[in-house]
Amino acid sequence: MSTDPAPSEPFDPDRAYRCSPRVALRPEPFGALVYHFGTRRLSFLKTPQLVAVVSGLEQHHSVHAAIDAADVEDTQRPAYLRALAGLAANGTIEQRS
Amino acid sequence: MKLVEHFQYGLNSPICLTWELTYACNLACVHCLSSSGRRDPRELTTAEAKGVIDELQRMQVFYVNIGGGEPTVRSDFWELLDYAVGHDVGVKFSTNGIKLDEKRARQLAATDYVDVQISLDGATADVNDHVRGPGSYATAIRALENLATAGFAQPKISVVMTRQNVAQLDEFKAIADRFGAQLRITRLRPSGRGADVWDELHPTAGQQRQLYDWLVAHGEGVLTGDSFFHLSAYGESLPGLNLCGAGRVVCLIDPVGDVYACPFAIHENFLAGNVRSPGGFQQVWQHSELFAQLRQPQTGGACRSCGFYDSCQGGCMAAKFFTGLPLDGPDPECVRGFGEEALAARDGSAPVPRSDVDHSRSAPRNIRGPVPVQIGMPSRAGAATGPVAQPDRACETSPLAGMPGDASDSRLRVPVAGS
Repeated sequence: MSTDPAPSEPFDPDRAYRCSPRVALRPEPFGALVYHFGTRRLSFLKTPQLVAVVSGLEQHHSVHAAIDAADVEDTQRPAYLRALAGLAANGTIEQRS
Repeated sequence: MKLVEHFQYGLNSPICLTWELTYACNLACVHCLSSSGRRDPRELTTAEAKGVIDELQRMQVFYVNIGGGEPTVRSDFWELLDYAVGHDVGVKFSTNGIKLDEKRARQLAATDYVDVQISLDGATADVNDHVRGPGSYATAIRALENLATAGFAQPKISVVMTRQNVAQLDEFKAIADRFGAQLRITRLRPSGRGADVWDELHPTAGQQRQLYDWLVAHGEGVLTGDSFFHLSAYGESLPGLNLCGAGRVVCLIDPVGDVYACPFAIHENFLAGNVRSPGGFQQVWQHSELFAQLRQPQTGGACRSCGFYDSCQGGCMAAKFFTGLPLDGPDPECVRGFGEEALAARDGSAPVPRSDVDHSRSAPRNIRGPVPVQIGMPSRAGAATGPVAQPDRACETSPLAGMPGDASDSRLRVPVAGS
């Protein structure tokens, strides 16, 4: 049956993350639909930029760097960090070493 | 734009896809929304069904709700189940339990990515069997026992709420708790054979209120398929998405491959195409004329001036259509009573539409040949003014990763796969 993601450490945007290998992103007009094959939870990335950030995590040494690379406006950064913290909590994204 | 506004313009792929594998059924429930009974000789072959699964995988439809008929009576059911799961298309299937013996229960318990939903329409055998037929209560309970013994985690018990069982809500919950199951209650629709018994079985106004109060008090952990949103006009909104999902985020593939806007709308007015046609399901989903119409913004029609329109959105398209009410007016079960008034005002000049698809064992063999008289609704060509005012909701969605600033998100956080 469903497997919950491993309990994650507190979200730390200075560290390197990646999209979970058990997660699929489906492009949609608003952004992307996220499906976690382990928890069987469906969720949504509600802007194309958030999709870019999540997809780009793997290429960057920190969450902040991935946000920079996606040209997120500074005023939006706190909102993106909150969204990414939520994604970390539900196992969509996870720390990588 | 808020997420739900995006949804009304349609998605690249459905979120909530129902796939009825066969019209064959060992039961003959009086309210069967697909008028099932006999297998249709044109049903998709095993190879064709696998082709659909391949396509769903390509379209990233991550799970399907499989039903029927009774899906497990297809001899290739277990093969298709494994094939879907092996292709990243999770399966939730609805069954009356007829094939869930100890061996199958163990097999299911060992299969990842499968949900099982046992239909039960009475908490006691007399209430259930009155609707679902003699012996069906015992069959369902035996299936639940087998699943529990096999260690299958949290099956669903799926209940259609009727005049006879609203008073049994606490008992249903107790049965679910006894088997480690999750309770799911949904609305009776006047679809299929449900049209024949709707007057007799649909909850009274008082029972609707009772149902709403029960959901507000005990609804935590009880699934509803988002089907009682018309009750939100009583006050507190029930969790869910306030949008007609038909053709936008929801659709139905029927056993012969026909694609309808929603599982409760098996009628040619809501037929978008067939998966066997060139381009397959994807072509139908993305380019059918009907779905393009359904993805237009809605106006609200006669309900627009009602102060509760924002909470109920005029109710369910299928419920209106199959009771002969205009699609842009109130739901027949409008909690303010406007539906009852509209029902009373029907003068019989426009016959109530009936589905042309009927596989009931007692009925003449269904051949969807020449279309009989067009009743009540404009033809598809004229449907721009027809099925375009469809309030219903996406049946089950769960925006989790909401960007802040969208207050609607918090109440939408429910696991879709478990809904």
